[in-house]
Amino acid sequence: MTLSTSILLIIALAPLAGCLLAGFLGKAIGRAGAHGATILGVAVSCALSFWVLYQLVWGGAPVYNQNVYTWFEIGRFSASVGFLVDRLTAMMMVVVTFVSLLVHVYTIGYMADDDGYQRFFSYISLFTFSMLMLVMSNNFMQLFFGWEAVGLVSYLLIGFWYKRPTAIFANLKAFLVNRVGDFGFLLGIAAVLYFLGTLDYGTAFASAGSLVGRTLQVTQNTHWDAATVICVLLFIGAMGKSAQVPLHVWLPDSMEGPTPISALIHAATMVTAGIFMVARMSPLYELSDGALSFVMVIGATGALFTGLIGIVQNDIKRVVAYSTLSQLGYMTVALGVSAYAGAVFHLMTHAFFKALLFLGAGSVIIAMHHEQDMRYMGGLRKYMPVTWITMWIGSLALVAIPFTSGFYSKDAIIEAVGASHRWGSGYAYFCVLAGAFVTALYTFRQMYLTFHGKERFVVVHDHGHGRHAHDHAHGHAAAHGHGGADAAVSPEEHPSDEPGHGEPGVLHHPPKESPWVVTLPLVLLAIPSLLVGFLTVGPVLFGGWFGQAVRVEEANDVLGELAREFHGATAMALHGFWSLPFGLVVLAFAITTYIYLFNPALAGRIKRALKPLYVVLDRKYWFDTVYFAVFARGGVALGRALWKGGDAAVIDGALVNGSAGLVERIAAGMRRLQSGYLYHYAVAMILGLVLLLGGYWLIGQNGQ
Amino acid sequence: MPNLTDLLILLPELYLTAAACLLLLLDAFIRPEQRNVLHWLSLAVVLVAIYLVVANQPPFPVTAYGGMFVRDGVAEILKVFALLCTALVFVYARPYLADRKLYVGEFYTLAIFATLGVMLLVSAGNLVMVYLGLELLTLSSYALVALNRDSAQSSEAAIKYFVLGALASGMLLYGMSMVYGATGTLALAQLHGAAAHTAMPNLLVFGLIFVIVGIGFKLGAAPFHMWIPDVYQGSPTAVTVFIGSAPKLAAFGMAYRLLETGLGDLAPHWQQMLAALAVLSLAIGNLVAIVQSNLKRLLAYSTISHMGYLLLGLVNAGPEGYAAAMFYAISYALMSTAAFGVILALARAGFECEEIDDFKGLNQRSPWLAFLMMLAMFSLAGVPPLFGFFAKLLVLQAAIHAGMLWLAIVGAVFAIVGLYYYLRVVKVMYFDKPVEGSEVRVQPDAGLRVLLSVNALVLLALGLYWGPLLGWCRAAFPG
Repeated sequence: MTLSTSILLIIALAPLAGCLLAGFLGKAIGRAGAHGATILGVAVSCALSFWVLYQLVWGGAPVYNQNVYTWFEIGRFSASVGFLVDRLTAMMMVVVTFVSLLVHVYTIGYMADDDGYQRFFSYISLFTFSMLMLVMSNNFMQLFFGWEAVGLVSYLLIGFWYKRPTAIFANLKAFLVNRVGDFGFLLGIAAVLYFLGTLDYGTAFASAGSLVGRTLQVTQNTHWDAATVICVLLFIGAMGKSAQVPLHVWLPDSMEGPTPISALIHAATMVTAGIFMVARMSPLYELSDGALSFVMVIGATGALFTGLIGIVQNDIKRVVAYSTLSQLGYMTVALGVSAYAGAVFHLMTHAFFKALLFLGAGSVIIAMHHEQDMRYMGGLRKYMPVTWITMWIGSLALVAIPFTSGFYSKDAIIEAVGASHRWGSGYAYFCVLAGAFVTALYTFRQMYLTFHGKERFVVVHDHGHGRHAHDHAHGHAAAHGHGGADAAVSPEEHPSDEPGHGEPGVLHHPPKESPWVVTLPLVLLAIPSLLVGFLTVGPVLFGGWFGQAVRVEEANDVLGELAREFHGATAMALHGFWSLPFGLVVLAFAITTYIYLFNPALAGRIKRALKPLYVVLDRKYWFDTVYFAVFARGGVALGRALWKGGDAAVIDGALVNGSAGLVERIAAGMRRLQSGYLYHYAVAMILGLVLLLGGYWLIGQNGQ
Repeated sequence: MPNLTDLLILLPELYLTAAACLLLLLDAFIRPEQRNVLHWLSLAVVLVAIYLVVANQPPFPVTAYGGMFVRDGVAEILKVFALLCTALVFVYARPYLADRKLYVGEFYTLAIFATLGVMLLVSAGNLVMVYLGLELLTLSSYALVALNRDSAQSSEAAIKYFVLGALASGMLLYGMSMVYGATGTLALAQLHGAAAHTAMPNLLVFGLIFVIVGIGFKLGAAPFHMWIPDVYQGSPTAVTVFIGSAPKLAAFGMAYRLLETGLGDLAPHWQQMLAALAVLSLAIGNLVAIVQSNLKRLLAYSTISHMGYLLLGLVNAGPEGYAAAMFYAISYALMSTAAFGVILALARAGFECEEIDDFKGLNQRSPWLAFLMMLAMFSLAGVPPLFGFFAKLLVLQAAIHAGMLWLAIVGAVFAIVGLYYYLRVVKVMYFDKPVEGSEVRVQPDAGLRVLLSVNALVLLALGLYWGPLLGWCRAAFPG
């Protein structure tokens, strides 16, 4: 059994077809047509992705690695479209298309009243296409294309509600921060081409060994190890896309986009592209201990310190966003200790439970009529049982309760870091352990604040809708007057956008469970959040499931060490009950339960007592402030200086205006030749003839 | 005596001649309001001609009438695209002509005769055939330019075109006579290799120079370009779009037949001359285009610069260069039909839509047409990943491989200069505010809209998938 090119092409192109249909013919095919076309496209992709995975794992199909189309070749540089489909790719394809499919379905309910309905479906299908191109690529060019394309869609979607200033600020920020990462990434790709002479994965990895001992001469006496340079540069790209410290600042702000996007792009798939990329490049990373240490330290820092910020957030989506940052840190740490399989395994489980948590948060936001502040929630469990239960499942997976899928992946990472001897692994071990405690703190806090305790909102039965100037033109006005079963409310209205909904904690209707298109994806995501780890941990993590897709040197193989102590998923989970991380989770559970269920006043007292710490976290370690002061303002100042000094005087004055002036004078002169007089034209022709004859007389003849 | 084989080889041309005569007759008998019949018939005639060219394609080059007429890969490709362009022009032109009381049978028959000239020219195997094909093409073109008899501008353009064309034609004929004098033959195939045996090498080169003047005029390469801006601007746009497409393919075919098939031995001479013409064309075309405010005139200067790039391919004087130049000619023909097509789609009775200012804010009025125009402009400018980019890349490569790196650098520099005026059109469409009080009314003709969209999107598609076309071009020039 072998993989067929046409099936792979259909997988990649079906979402693109949906995107084009919804995007260009959106008006013609209407809302139902738009979601029908895009969902069909993604569903086809998803089904075929499962088929491909089946063929690879059970059908014994060999790895597929072929160029499908060569666009152009210039010297050794060639731009082609090709697919490399092994188990790593197949797993990513399944995760991407599965989550994307559920998010498509969920969007029907979530965006029901948005004017940009078709545009939204077109974007998310375009995203799915781009992401598939990224993960299925067999060369760096296509990887870069997918990389930039998902970035573009992310930019478009963060600013989806482009009339909101905060959304514009957020998408600009995401764009700029990602440029920093992409610059490193592009340099990394250039370094690959420079040292290895090819952009094809297969060839590059096969000749990766030749990098050993090669250096990049920076100055007379400074030589940098080639593999380290390549790996660090590529990782800088991953830092931007996967939001690693210090390029993480864009991700929390990206929550300005609609919630389905937060779930799909900014939690489950795109932000994990960096993790996937490093795992894919494992043959290169294995050559450089230095680069892996760098990766590990960056990841560990993110895992702990961004998690801490999550504790002080009040916006339900932002808690999940900081949790995403922290979990991305975990994956990165795993990469740093050469546990690539562990990182990708966590990527997969995280995709399920984090998408679940985001979509659950979205469901809560729908019910709360675009209120995102958890201080005005509480006691929601009796209004929306499905959301409540599924979100608890996601939360248990997130805090890694044994037997949930999150446990297997996260515990393996913690164990792997503990077993590693790489420089910095002590620090990393501390970070991931403390991170487990912190994760439990913010997760339980979020669940209690949202679903348990007293209701901190009031329902005012006020039917005076007439006096509310609903801004329907704005594109996503709420549909609370309709009351129909499927009149899902488009949330996230900026409070100031709509008069009458400005007072926090005041609802006009009691919260109610979301429609089935919203809850069905929650249930479908809850199942893998619970089970996928238990079912797959053995082969995927410890069974060398990825085969040749990831390469680990013998000396670095921490997962191999762990595998010797692995006696089945059940034993691992039972053992998990007696491990330190689980103890920390129980401690966090006890603390949060006491504070938020029995003694809510305590939270405020602790906040006051630890005021300095609270301020540090609330200000997010002043990353934004510093960036804004140094880069944004400094950039503007530098720009102004260069503009006045360099640009205006030298470039504009001498080069641009000077040369433009020259060109214009020449052009004006030549234009005068075009006098309109017939005899001038004839003379020009004769002159041309004379010149040719004269030229021949002077040069041509001597040449003979 | 002509035998059946000769006739069969000539079938597409014979068919087109007969069809054009019948159309002419028919035109005399139908009422003006039945003109649509003529339109559709003409279109059908052209499409059938394409079919005949493709279907009867011999597997290897064949000649008819003792070598007068050649049917090979080069001729086939050029004919297919010339006919295709003519068909496009018919569809694009109809609403424009109808709005201006120019919707007459002459337009169709003249255009078909001109296309017939193109077909004979690119299939010429003999100097006389070259001349006959050329005259058929140019004489029909003069009449087409003057189609709008009441317009002083058109008549002036036609007179200028005619006088200068006659001058160029005379020079070409004079050159041919010298070549004949030096070699004693008119057959291109026999000319090849004759240079080594001629007793009068100087006379032969003199003949070559006069021939090059003729080619330069037909291509519109500087300094033989003076007619182009006036004719492009002066003609009705429906005629300009024709002059800018199929005849450019013919000019390439004529240059190839004369310079390679006939005077290939003299390549070291004509390479230098063509290089000089290329540099002049690039400079004059790109620089003067910058100061134009009339879009048709701007496109005329852009044509001159594009012919400079086409010459870059010819300068290579090898199969690679010829393939690149032919690829370039095809790409130019498709790009210019798209660009002029947008002008035609926006023009209406009493409004030509040929000033750049007329395109201000087009994106707000008609985003789709603005997008199509942007594709055409980007492709003309050579922005990847559009068709024009690869065409430019190939001719630059051909020049480099011919050892003329300096020429390729000149070409690249002027490509950057050229970006300026193409981007200006895009800027005007997307970033300027529409002129108050002006309105945009896109021609409602469905054929025009659909084909124009396809035409412009093909520029993108062929940019992404250009391998087969290039392969086809390369196969026509076996090393």
